[in-house]
Amino acid sequence: MAASEGDALQVELVAADRTVWSGQATMVIARTVEGDVGVLKDHAPLLSLLTDAVVEISAEEGDVVVAAVDGGFLSVANNRVSILSERAILATDIDVSAAQSELEEARSSDADDAEARIRRAESRIRAAERS
Amino acid sequence: MALSLREYRARIKSTESMKKITRAMELIAASRIIKAQQRAQAAAPYARELTRAVSAVATFSNVDHPLTREEESPKRAAVLIVTSDRGLAGAYSSSVLKEAERLAEKLRDEGKEIDWFIAGRKGEAYFKFRQRPIIQAWTGASDQPSYDTAADIGRVLIEAFLKEQGEDGDVDEVHVVYTRFRSMLVQEPTAVRLLPLEVVEAEEGVEQPQADLLPLYEFEPSPAEVLDGLLPQYVQSRIFFALLQAAASELAARQKAMKSATDNADELIKKYTRIANQARQAGITQEISEIVGGVNALADANSGND
Repeated sequence: MAASEGDALQVELVAADRTVWSGQATMVIARTVEGDVGVLKDHAPLLSLLTDAVVEISAEEGDVVVAAVDGGFLSVANNRVSILSERAILATDIDVSAAQSELEEARSSDADDAEARIRRAESRIRAAERS
Repeated sequence: MALSLREYRARIKSTESMKKITRAMELIAASRIIKAQQRAQAAAPYARELTRAVSAVATFSNVDHPLTREEESPKRAAVLIVTSDRGLAGAYSSSVLKEAERLAEKLRDEGKEIDWFIAGRKGEAYFKFRQRPIIQAWTGASDQPSYDTAADIGRVLIEAFLKEQGEDGDVDEVHVVYTRFRSMLVQEPTAVRLLPLEVVEAEEGVEQPQADLLPLYEFEPSPAEVLDGLLPQYVQSRIFFALLQAAASELAARQKAMKSATDNADELIKKYTRIANQARQAGITQEISEIVGGVNALADANSGND
């Protein structure tokens, strides 16, 4: 546990089948179902649901890691932040054109999950634009 | 030893080519196991964090959730059997099916009817051949399960579980039968009850969450809603875990089966070579005695003429 080491948050961004990113960070911004939340050091323990949106992690080295998540959870305790999502993808790995075409396809379809797909594709495109 | 030398040679040749094939399969399985184990390891952090989160919610709230609720008089149970898509893996599929039959026996004794759900083509074939109905089968990726498959299976099972008793397709319990990967040498078929969930149960294989005290979490928006979101994912992650374990077990079983097939081929080749040599020797001996006999007969005939 990183409770006493340094003054950074130990962040883990975990997808169902792998760890997407892990390391020290100064700040994490995520969008929960209640709204955006920013987590700094010594944040109170929190367990919250995320929406399909962008997660920003300000890594200690200074660069900002941006990722798109499809729902999931944010759990904060003892300066340890875990972001769990079935699918999480780093902005640098996002295929923007694929997301664009997915967005268009989802917009034109009237399937039940069209709305979720639109949200997902939009959050991917936003994440890619932001990095 | 009725066969001719030529036929033995042909047998040796075909055994040799068979040996090459089984040897290749053994090596392929061996290299894939490592990958399968890595995948299982990569999935471990997610399962660990999820278990942690679920136990945190369960500890701090007494929320009654439909997924943890026990039906008073369970009548129907769903059983998911995780088998392989391909054969040539020794007793892998049949031992998992046997375990499933044992579980079925037990459930029937408790007066429950069973809805079958199958993952893997072998299990599907087993049920089709016996003309037993299955509700749904997932096939095509038993050695490299994806999370999407697990999520889909989870969705279907949860949906069936959440239906009211008496409704069409309702089940009151969900069991999973899969092969647990203990080591390269030992894989054991295991049956576990997946639903209703027992959150506190210790989970082997997945690393235990640290035993230190859980912090007092704040739940957003509310413990009930967080649990609502967490539990289905927890179920899906458990299924994913079972699929990954089964994949690693399948490959280990295949490697073992192919290794013994290769060894057997070696034995056979040795045996046939011996017999072939014997046949060759016998042929030579026969030829020599024929020549000697012929020469003798000639000599006898000549001396008679003189």
